[in-house]
Amino acid sequence: MIRNFGLVLLMVLLPVALVSGAADGNWLKKVPGRDHEKISPYQGQPDAIAAGRRIFVDRCSQCHGEAGEGTKKRPGLKSKRVQEQATEGDLHWLLVNGNMRKGMPSWAKLPDQQLWQVITYVKSLHE
Amino acid sequence: MKPAVMVGLFVVFLAAGCKAQERPYFVTYSHEMEEPGNLEIEFFNAVGKPPDGNRFVGSTLEFEYGATAWWTSELYLDGQTTQHDSTIFTGYRWENRFRPLLGEHWINPVLYVEFENINGGDKALREVVGHDGKNDLVDPNPEARTEKKREMELKLILGSNFRGWNISENIIAEKNLANAPWEFGYAWAVSRPLKLAASAHDCTFCGEKFQAGVEMYGGLGDGYSFGTHLTSHYAGPTLNWEAPQGLTFSFSPQFGLNDYSVPRLYRFGIAYEIGQLWGRFHRGAR
Repeated sequence: MIRNFGLVLLMVLLPVALVSGAADGNWLKKVPGRDHEKISPYQGQPDAIAAGRRIFVDRCSQCHGEAGEGTKKRPGLKSKRVQEQATEGDLHWLLVNGNMRKGMPSWAKLPDQQLWQVITYVKSLHE
Repeated sequence: MKPAVMVGLFVVFLAAGCKAQERPYFVTYSHEMEEPGNLEIEFFNAVGKPPDGNRFVGSTLEFEYGATAWWTSELYLDGQTTQHDSTIFTGYRWENRFRPLLGEHWINPVLYVEFENINGGDKALREVVGHDGKNDLVDPNPEARTEKKREMELKLILGSNFRGWNISENIIAEKNLANAPWEFGYAWAVSRPLKLAASAHDCTFCGEKFQAGVEMYGGLGDGYSFGTHLTSHYAGPTLNWEAPQGLTFSFSPQFGLNDYSVPRLYRFGIAYEIGQLWGRFHRGAR
């Protein structure tokens, strides 16, 4: 009985631990230097922000919220980590590679141009 | 089920639609997995006419679910209609795809395992292996459906994305669980969106909503006679369009490359993706 209870507790706590770990930012340590320094070719361009918003709403808002505010299980994108600690290059690396153990898929299926448009939009959210 | 409940479910699903960015492939798998928590419902059809048989439509209804970012599971229900014959359900398939390398590389492998429980009347042509050919498609349905096929199918999927291009190759091995040799096949495809950057304004028919490419696939014999002798092969252009409301339409005319193949196949499909399926039923989830 006690052994079964332990098993049930493990099954409940394991997913919780995985989900709570999703927003721990450890992925930032994995970004290679050359990727870290990449800069969006669309930096600050209003058209790119508008295009990035359209892509974001279509593909990212299901998990990260309509305006990047986050959802119950997935992190918001207006945080200090995304807006200040992570460079555009870091975010590009994350979109290409994902953080699959923590539930973030790879978005390499999107052309690079669209990834940079999304990043330009996400970085505009701090304003 | 009451009509009001059905309408309610339809509205929930339509409201939950999200964009899938599917590749325009009908046989070839890319290394890209379903997003975790998303359910994609796809309906694919192959229309053809073997020279000595009747015209047919082979159909597959697919339910593709992203279990995790590295594991996708999919259930297929197959059926077919043959002119001057009948419409029959031909069986089901259940496949799982696993992505062993967690990250994007030059070449990204995915392991594919499928169990099929179909009958000899199946004309969905979701893959071509062994000595599959036009003669397999001419038997009348009452006769063809008596042949039971319980098969395991393994695929090595290799995929690369480079400057907007996707290049995918599949190596296929299939084994009838009855006493039959391994059968082999291949598929490859290349595609690219017509426009790489997204438009700043909403648009329905702009270039980034379309993907075009080429697909080719065929059999490679079996364990007793490996090679291209007495095997069928197909190739053709392929196109898809990402419509509003999360729908994707695909079309491909495909051409048999030798006398052992059906001369022409017309494939078309429609896909609809439901974002964060279970979140829809949780109070407070967005």
